[in-house]
Amino acid sequence: MGIARLDTAESSPNSPEPEARLRLVEALLGEGDGPRCAETALAWLADHAGCERSLLLVVDPEENRLRGLCCQGCDGEAARAMSVDLSDRTHPLVVALESQEAVTFDGPDEGRRRPPPETPLGPVPFLAFPLCPDAETPHGAVGLMLLEDPDRRSGLKDVLEWVGSLLATRLAALAYFRHQKTRQRQRRERDWLRGVLEAVTDPILLTDGQGRILIANSGAEHLLTTDEETGEGRRRAVALNNMLFSASLFTNAEEGGPSRRELLLVDPVDGQDLLFELMTTPFPLDASEVGMVSILRDVTDLSRATTEIEENYRRLRAAESEIRAERDRLDVILSSVLDPILVTDPVGNIVLMNPHAERLFTVPAGNQDREAERRVRANDAVFTSFASDIYAGRSLRWKKELTLSDPETGKGIPMEAVSAKTLSRPGQDTAVVTILHDQSEAVEKARLYEQVKRHSEELEERVRDATRELADQNELLRRQALQLEHASAMKSQFLANVSHELRTPLHAIVGYTSLMMEGVAGELSSPQREKLGRVDSNAQHLLAIINDLLDLTRIESGKMPVRIEEFRLADLFDEVKTEAESLILASKLQVGFDVRDDLPAMASDRQKVKQILLNLLSNALKFTPDGRVDVEGAWHEEEDRVSIAVADTGVGISEKHQKTIFEAFGQTGTFYTAGQTGTGLGLSICRRLATILGGDMTLESEEGEGARFTLQLPRTSEET
Amino acid sequence: MSQKPKVLVVDDFAAGRELSAEYLTYRGYEVATAEDGAQAIERAGEFLPDAILMDLSLPEVDGWEATRRLRADDRTKDIKIIALTAHALETEKERALDAGCDEVVTKPVVPKDLEEVVRRQLGLDRAPGDRAGSGEGS
Repeated sequence: MGIARLDTAESSPNSPEPEARLRLVEALLGEGDGPRCAETALAWLADHAGCERSLLLVVDPEENRLRGLCCQGCDGEAARAMSVDLSDRTHPLVVALESQEAVTFDGPDEGRRRPPPETPLGPVPFLAFPLCPDAETPHGAVGLMLLEDPDRRSGLKDVLEWVGSLLATRLAALAYFRHQKTRQRQRRERDWLRGVLEAVTDPILLTDGQGRILIANSGAEHLLTTDEETGEGRRRAVALNNMLFSASLFTNAEEGGPSRRELLLVDPVDGQDLLFELMTTPFPLDASEVGMVSILRDVTDLSRATTEIEENYRRLRAAESEIRAERDRLDVILSSVLDPILVTDPVGNIVLMNPHAERLFTVPAGNQDREAERRVRANDAVFTSFASDIYAGRSLRWKKELTLSDPETGKGIPMEAVSAKTLSRPGQDTAVVTILHDQSEAVEKARLYEQVKRHSEELEERVRDATRELADQNELLRRQALQLEHASAMKSQFLANVSHELRTPLHAIVGYTSLMMEGVAGELSSPQREKLGRVDSNAQHLLAIINDLLDLTRIESGKMPVRIEEFRLADLFDEVKTEAESLILASKLQVGFDVRDDLPAMASDRQKVKQILLNLLSNALKFTPDGRVDVEGAWHEEEDRVSIAVADTGVGISEKHQKTIFEAFGQTGTFYTAGQTGTGLGLSICRRLATILGGDMTLESEEGEGARFTLQLPRTSEET
Repeated sequence: MSQKPKVLVVDDFAAGRELSAEYLTYRGYEVATAEDGAQAIERAGEFLPDAILMDLSLPEVDGWEATRRLRADDRTKDIKIIALTAHALETEKERALDAGCDEVVTKPVVPKDLEEVVRRQLGLDRAPGDRAGSGEGS
């Protein structure tokens, strides 16, 4: 097409040379810069078409203005400063541009059809020629070419159209490339900006005048935006955050200018409170609207940290004062402990001492006592040697006996040193604390203890000896007791055997006597019967002795059986009276039985009471030559005691014999003189039986004045 | 009187044995005697007395043992056994009762009293030799 046009141009007498056109095409294609292209084209028109003065304006779509690009034959500065608002539709150049047709403007002086606009070409008629690219580029005119001397336009139409079209196409192409490039750069810059925004961890956002979010980094989005997948809880949190944020924003907005304040939001994910410092800066969005850039700095941790620091500080102060108090207390304790306490450093230097340690290891200021000084040094040497042992050793505790001397008196003090190492963190020895226990007292105590122990042992030994002796004696006694017991048992057995052996022949004597008295062996004469009576009575006497002996044996061996039964004393008296009737009759004495009527029944061994009573009665009858015998029963109510007395008017018993009368075989010589015989056992047995029954036997008598034997018994006894 | 009551007198002491035997015979009893426990058991088996007067201290088999054996034998177990002993201690009496004696009589005892014990043990009104209404002896 270009070729065809060149052909057309060649046909015209004013047409430039085809080679010139080719050079322009090459020049334009080789030039990438819009203004330079335009300059080249205008220069070419001046050279080849006689257009000496011209101006080129191009559309700036971004600014929506028509701007001067370059000129030929006029002030370039002014040309480039020219600018027409495209929205001003009445501007002649705008009209010309939109018409896409060449328009001729007359000079001002002619002032006819159209008033010419003011241009750097000055007040001259000119032709405004729109630059329209080919149909291939769908845009409208990309610029206007103003050429002075419109009269020459007819002859130049073809050339102008060709150059216009060529330039328009080229400019459009360049503009497109430039536009593309710009957009690319802008996109890149936006990405960078985005990257920068995202790189900032603090939420950053830009809001418009109504507080709507225009730009936000992900930190801000996290807090203030939701999408379709957001859960209900998070949605509510975000809504709350938006409310809080807006409120804060508008509070800030009212203050105007950059500001910062605290803002409490909620983490939509975990619901934790987040404390932000909100910094806002007003930002003009355009002429009428002011937006706001907000930066939120998360100070939650900072706030916590601050609180913690404050708390730590407070604790530190508390700990400090506690330590101070502790140290004071420790000082007091150290001074009050009576044991010397020392703290040494790893080199063995004493770094701390309580007053008691000072007494041993330091010489008081002003003391001139050489001896004391020497002792202190000796103490120090002993202790230093001990301390170095501790550092050499591995164990943390150390115990040793040391002997120090009292600096004042020089007296040796046995000490037990107990040390403990204090370790620092990495296991380095830092100090050794040593406590010295004065063992003097303990040693003295041990000595005393030893002494006491020795004495105690001696004493024990003596006690042991004594105990042994006692045991020996006991054993001897035990044996003797056993022997006695054995002898006693032997005696009892012997008496029992004697009784048996005596009874057997006595049985024959008594039996045959009785048999003869009964007349089994024939009738007896009176003298025979009388002599046989003597045999019988002596046999009976012998039997009584044997029986008494046996009773005594029973009593002595504790084998006398007791059978308690209830009876009335009056009945017993009747029975005794009956049994003793022959004796009473033979004695020819007056015998009276008297018992109190109100005496209640007794509980005792009736048989034994009867035996005692018979014995007393027979004795009384035996030893009373004439006079009377009285048997009296009485009841001593207050003591519930019964007494049975047998009183006679007989020979009586001398004071001397009264003492032995109750002893076995204690019959007095008096009895023999009276021609009477007794067993010698009767009273002894009676008294013992009385004792067995819980009572006693007493005697009141005077020689020649009769005797009164009284049996005392508890009214009731129980079988044991 | 169809048959005389039979009494076996056991005693190693001849005077005592003969005294009892003579008197009981005199009072109308049929009497047999034995001198020791073994003999007593043998005689009791043959003679089958109604009562036995048993001395306790006997050679060989003593009175306590003899009593136990008699009590163990069906033929002799119902015989009245009266211990007649010179032992006077209660313990000896109790031993005799424990061995199976019906009554214990301590020596010395007059024959007349002894016969009363026998009579009482046999449940008799009077001695077999007595006639109703007449006096003692025959």
